Amino acid sequence: MPTRRRPAQWIEPHLPKLVVSPLFAASLFFVYGFIAWTLYISFTRSAVLPSYEFAGLIQYERLWDTPRWYVAIANLFIFSSLFMAGCTVIGILLAILLDQRIRIEGTIRAIYLYPMALSFIVTGTAWKWILNPGLGLEHVIRGWGFENFRFDWLVNPDMAIYTVVIAGVWQSSGYVMALFLAGLRSVDDEILKAAAIDGAGPIRTYYSIILPMVRPVFLSAFIILAHLAIKSFDLVMALTGGGPGYATDMPATFMYSFAFQRSELGEAAASAVMMLVTVIAIIVPYLYSELRRTGR
Amino acid sequence: MNMFNRSAAFVFGASLFLGSAAAQAGGTVEVLHWWTSGGEAKAVGELKKTFEAQGGKWIDSPIAGGGGDAAMTALRARVMAGDPPTAVQLKGPGIQEWAKEGALNDVDDVAKKENWDAVLPPALAGIMKYDGKYVAAPVNIHRVDWFWANPQVLAKVGASMPTTWEEFNATADKLKAAGITPLAHGGQPWQDATVFEVVVLGVGGPDFFQKALVELDEKALTSDTMVKSFDQLRKLRGYVDPSFSGRDWNLATAMVMNGEAGFQIMGDWAKGEFLAAGKRPGTDFLCAPAPGNGYILNSDSFTFFKVSGADRLEGQKVLASEIMSPAFQETFNLAKGSIPARIDVPMDKFDSCAVKSHDDLAAAIAANSLVPSMAHEMAIPRTIRGEFLDAVTNFFNSDMSSADAVKALVEGVKRAQR
Amino acid sequence: MSRAAIDGIVRPKGARNKVLRVLLFFILGLFVLYYLLPLFVMVSTSLKSLDEIRGGSLLSLPRNPNFDAWGKAWQSACVGVRCNGLRPYMWNSVAMVVPAVLISTTLGALNGYALTKWRFRGADTIFALMLFGAFIPFQVVLLPMARTLGLMGLAGSVTGLIFVHTVYGLAFTTLYFRNFFIGVSDGIVQAAKIDGAGFFRIFFHVMLPMAPPAIVVTVIWQFTQIWNDFLFGIAFTVGDSNPVTVALNNIVNTSTGVKEYNVDMAAAILAALPTLLVYIIAGKYFVRGLAAGALKG
Repeated sequence: MPTRRRPAQWIEPHLPKLVVSPLFAASLFFVYGFIAWTLYISFTRSAVLPSYEFAGLIQYERLWDTPRWYVAIANLFIFSSLFMAGCTVIGILLAILLDQRIRIEGTIRAIYLYPMALSFIVTGTAWKWILNPGLGLEHVIRGWGFENFRFDWLVNPDMAIYTVVIAGVWQSSGYVMALFLAGLRSVDDEILKAAAIDGAGPIRTYYSIILPMVRPVFLSAFIILAHLAIKSFDLVMALTGGGPGYATDMPATFMYSFAFQRSELGEAAASAVMMLVTVIAIIVPYLYSELRRTGR
Repeated sequence: MNMFNRSAAFVFGASLFLGSAAAQAGGTVEVLHWWTSGGEAKAVGELKKTFEAQGGKWIDSPIAGGGGDAAMTALRARVMAGDPPTAVQLKGPGIQEWAKEGALNDVDDVAKKENWDAVLPPALAGIMKYDGKYVAAPVNIHRVDWFWANPQVLAKVGASMPTTWEEFNATADKLKAAGITPLAHGGQPWQDATVFEVVVLGVGGPDFFQKALVELDEKALTSDTMVKSFDQLRKLRGYVDPSFSGRDWNLATAMVMNGEAGFQIMGDWAKGEFLAAGKRPGTDFLCAPAPGNGYILNSDSFTFFKVSGADRLEGQKVLASEIMSPAFQETFNLAKGSIPARIDVPMDKFDSCAVKSHDDLAAAIAANSLVPSMAHEMAIPRTIRGEFLDAVTNFFNSDMSSADAVKALVEGVKRAQR
Repeated sequence: MSRAAIDGIVRPKGARNKVLRVLLFFILGLFVLYYLLPLFVMVSTSLKSLDEIRGGSLLSLPRNPNFDAWGKAWQSACVGVRCNGLRPYMWNSVAMVVPAVLISTTLGALNGYALTKWRFRGADTIFALMLFGAFIPFQVVLLPMARTLGLMGLAGSVTGLIFVHTVYGLAFTTLYFRNFFIGVSDGIVQAAKIDGAGFFRIFFHVMLPMAPPAIVVTVIWQFTQIWNDFLFGIAFTVGDSNPVTVALNNIVNTSTGVKEYNVDMAAAILAALPTLLVYIIAGKYFVRGLAAGALKG
């Protein structure tokens, strides 16, 4: 036995690193390696398939010369700010309301949460119908006698991006609600009582005592929503296909259509690099603050 | 298990065994396509049936969505992985793009033996070849420049099938006044582009079409004729119902069928919808070539990718030969609404629209007025086609002026060529 | 202030203030309608006949509800040349999701545990670098991943797909477990170490028994993400081994022939049923798991 224990003893202190390192190596390769590959491709003339001949910044020049790219960026800003704000406000509101000791809370919570379980490949068709002026809400409400009711955002190039927001908020706000509900549940009743004894009204209690206490939830919600907003692809594809025209194009759909429809791998890679830069600009400050807070 | 079941199981097992042994005789193909439903799926089913009748094994890889965009994504991943499908539904200059990357196999020995050169229209044969060798086989010919109309609706306003754009506009105005949607249209970029190219053919004629949309001649692209084409497209925009955005083309066809709309401008795959609904050409619906005295050619084909192994190579050859057999070309195209790619297939089983298409095709070849479709990836590479689609769809969905649209288009084409 | 007033302000116990209570339920009810609307449209359409769909209103209830469309979607709808419905693809998805969820969750748990309770130099940096992987748009990795799978001999196989989902799931599973384990007192681990327990012993006998809330959250998240994936499914599987989302797309996204909306909708609900059930059954534990710290910070 003693002879057999020796290698185990030697290995024991290194076990944590032995467990982490292959996983870390995998992520280095499959995330950073592939990002490096994409970066390199963005400096080439790759078209149908990747080619590895260096061609300088031409793809970036072409990218920033494409009107459709500007539409995609503008849409990303409109969509992500409204989407994130919408989800957060609705999420907090519903969490607070659900926190009022409601008897059927379980049912309501499940209803609010279920959209997160469905992919847009599943719900896209239903949303298309609801938002279509000839079939959906406009048609139905006109049928009730409100002849002048108009809800044609889906087919209006200036408004179509807001229908994407409506469907996006529908999908993700319940999840944010769950995050905040979990946060509120962890606030002790005693604190609330103390606040009430101090004479704080309900709005003030929530605004200046409870919400600051669940500050970490804001950060989690922000991260989840930011990553959903930047990656939003299924949503746009299923709802509008980027249309009318290309009015609802976003960087993710732009990149996809240039890489796979147009055989412009190089320009697509350039747009992907721009997306990654955006992600870094948003995520790195978060990771930094996160690690400082929980660090040793 | 009783005796009967056991023997049944034995027979079943034996037939499985025989089946797999026979499979090697005709080779194996894996076919990537996006014909997943209706007449199109039935047409692919025909191909599968004839292939399996030769003793081959067919692996089906259907990927629907976006007119093949999803399938193209899968194709790239498969080629990158070094595991391409045997045959892919791929067409037009796309064939050349992949061939240049060295991703294709040729089937030239089959083509030589069966003398494909003699039975295909030369313009189409050129598209199927790379470096003088056949790398793809066409299954059909679609004509793009058609007007489809509902005769009952036209009768309501006392109109007949228009032969010029002026007549079309006059009839459309009458329909609009009568409260009928003049033009059934689906607002998807490729449909906008389809209508656009039909308009260009009508306004500028086949020579102009060739110069502007195929050779991308800058003078033609910036000409007054181009501006006039956009003007006509703007007029058509006014004939479309409010909720056209994102509508599938077959739903637009249904609008004509049900009398909700007067016309549709679409390739003859629309006829497949009419026929599938039991409608008869001439009485229930009308077909007529759009103005312009040309013929916009669209053709579906299967392209052969670089696979290895005797089994798969054999499969490729058998499939190529099957696709080009007159019997298959007839059954397939009866199901799909198109006409055979082989010009020597007898047309007696086909309807009057198809016969018209067949006759016009021969005339167009003779008169040199056959042009490849821009919207359907027959004329120009996908990169430049994409710029056309962006410019046209953006024009159609905004109140941009025709002059601005021409400017945007030319800039787009230049950027794509850079 | 009286007790009644305290209870009336936040988290009241009964119907103390009727007006506020009515308002509360009104708002909650409005949102219930918003969230249920698409599901209602899908379910009611799937129970209607095609004629009724064409003639009727989107929001009307089915006149003669029947499950014909469901049967067709399940076993006879055509996907390309095969007309077996969604059933075979459902099994493909299950065969892919179960191993992928199990492996990625286990690895994430081990990783989170090693990174928080055995803090070695650079552990935080490693975590930060791995977490970034959660934010990479998947379209970017499609082609290099295809090449890698080809070189590994996993192209076009379910194993390959499981591998891809495991790799890109790691960032989130590690995040969930790390944030959970960081809230667990180090003292417990120290005590176990003094008792002579090693790395794996502490993991299996001390940490895992404490971790069900984190496990529930992670499993639900991973299950939903992987089940709903479409992009990797079309890129990395071939025909017969397609996951259900690809088959659904093939049924729904067709542009010829009569569009059978009722079958489309029934197929969509069928494809979504597993994730839906997971959320409904495990939803309670999901919020509890979040509250237990799996997603705090």
